[in-house]
Amino acid sequence: MKILVPIKRVLDHNVPARLTPRGTVQTDGCNHEINPFDAVALEAAVRIRERGLAREVVAVSVGTDEFVSSLRTALAVGADRGILVRTEAPLEPLAVAKIFHRLCLAEMPDLVIAGKQAIDDDAAQVGPMLAMLLGWAQATNVSHLEWVDGQIDAMCEVDRGTRRLRLSLPAVVTVDLRLNEPRYASLPNVMRAKKKPLEIKSLTDFGIDVSPKTEQIALREIDICRRATLVPDVDAFAAALLATGSLR
Amino acid sequence: MRVLLLAEHDNKRLGAETRNAAAAARLIGGPVHLLVAGLGCAAVAAEAAGVAGIDRVLLADDANYAHQLAEPLAKLIVAQSGGYDVFLAPATACGKSVMPRVAAALDIPQISEAVGVLAPDRFERPIYAGSIMQTVRVSTPRFAATMRPAAFAPAGAQPAAPVQNLLPLECPPSACFIDEHIPRAAGAQELTRAKIVVAGGRGAGAGGGFDAIRRFAFSIGAAIGASRAAVDAGLAGNDCQVGQSGKTIAPELYIACGISGAIQHISGIQQAKIIAAINKDPEAPIFRYADIGLVADIAEALPRLERLLAGKKPRA
Repeated sequence: MKILVPIKRVLDHNVPARLTPRGTVQTDGCNHEINPFDAVALEAAVRIRERGLAREVVAVSVGTDEFVSSLRTALAVGADRGILVRTEAPLEPLAVAKIFHRLCLAEMPDLVIAGKQAIDDDAAQVGPMLAMLLGWAQATNVSHLEWVDGQIDAMCEVDRGTRRLRLSLPAVVTVDLRLNEPRYASLPNVMRAKKKPLEIKSLTDFGIDVSPKTEQIALREIDICRRATLVPDVDAFAAALLATGSLR
Repeated sequence: MRVLLLAEHDNKRLGAETRNAAAAARLIGGPVHLLVAGLGCAAVAAEAAGVAGIDRVLLADDANYAHQLAEPLAKLIVAQSGGYDVFLAPATACGKSVMPRVAAALDIPQISEAVGVLAPDRFERPIYAGSIMQTVRVSTPRFAATMRPAAFAPAGAQPAAPVQNLLPLECPPSACFIDEHIPRAAGAQELTRAKIVVAGGRGAGAGGGFDAIRRFAFSIGAAIGASRAAVDAGLAGNDCQVGQSGKTIAPELYIACGISGAIQHISGIQQAKIIAAINKDPEAPIFRYADIGLVADIAEALPRLERLLAGKKPRA
């Protein structure tokens, strides 16, 4: 079995995003990381291979040259191969899904494990879009995976609790952070990863229409700081709650 | 702009999120048709017909739709798509699993988790865990979108709109529903609709702290929320999780107990009118994001707070 894992490079989740004076998101000089949900997806795929249930894990990305370092990290964590579809243009989720669709047609994976959302655009679209383009079943927000007779039982987080779905392969699964705790790459594995194959393809070779269908008009920072008034004790806290008028 | 809105429901009752999304749909255009797909859900369709702004209810009542799985729902919407320009759903787990499939099938863009409708083709949506607001315009005549329920006041009532039955479509089996686990403590308030939410973090867990939070929440008629860390630690169910990848809520009063205040959590409570926080660490980030703060140990503070607020309930 072959597993394909999409990887996106994003700003470090520990640092609140800020805008430049030009009104674009500040990225220069900022730490980047593999989208945390994608890191969980990759860990899940690597564990499946380590159990002998999969033969190969392929990490795939769509992005700039800088994505090479993210894919190298993915290889150091345990992916066997990387493919970067190189483009400078920021792409919309449907365009990215179409590129992954083409990669899937070429690679013929049995399973795609993807992060349920990226922490930058918070769109949560690529996984289900890819499933639709492939005509495959999907399970989203998965927090537990089990193998039953060559099928997958996926525990999905839904608004009011959890539900389990059984998927026949091929399928697309998008994962929640609760699925696992991703490992760090050890130094020897980082060295080994440098020798693993990483193929760079040009977006133009795909001949896919990736022109934007939406236009970003503006970005503005949201000032989420309210700077709490600290009260000295529980009595004052209770009084402050009552003063809001929400309780009577 | 003819709008097809997907209803959220459990085959018995219409989900409250549908009313919020119906209000958002009206801001985009009309007529607005509401699709109720399920099994044995005629009562839901009748309820849906009375939601203000709905011009027609489309009812697809069939075993294929019993669990509202993404594959059959997307197929159903795509089959109806000829008559519509805009495909909407509330940004619930169901809506978020279905709409990207619809968008991909129709080759149209999707706007995820809109919190504002500036014009029929212009939306506001938070990105980067809610630290940046994006204004985005759709350049195509047709599009899909999910609307964040907490951002739109629910639509009111109206005389019943007509209900039209749809023929179910053949759908080859793909994902199969096995079972579900829907925890709901007796008397607990629904998180997304509650006027007051009392939430706990991992810091509240030690020494039965979360039980104290549940007791306190119950005593003042509040719903229970939790940070991801608290859910990960097994202190609360995932249905309680508030934040970037959990629920977004807009209560009048949010009381954070032992929550450190990671930005990913704050993104789920930004629309709360008042945020109050108790944390024993005076340096906890939560105090930056709260209106009222108390530096104290939850285990000591909550019992006294419960006594001081005895008999108080959310303002009607």
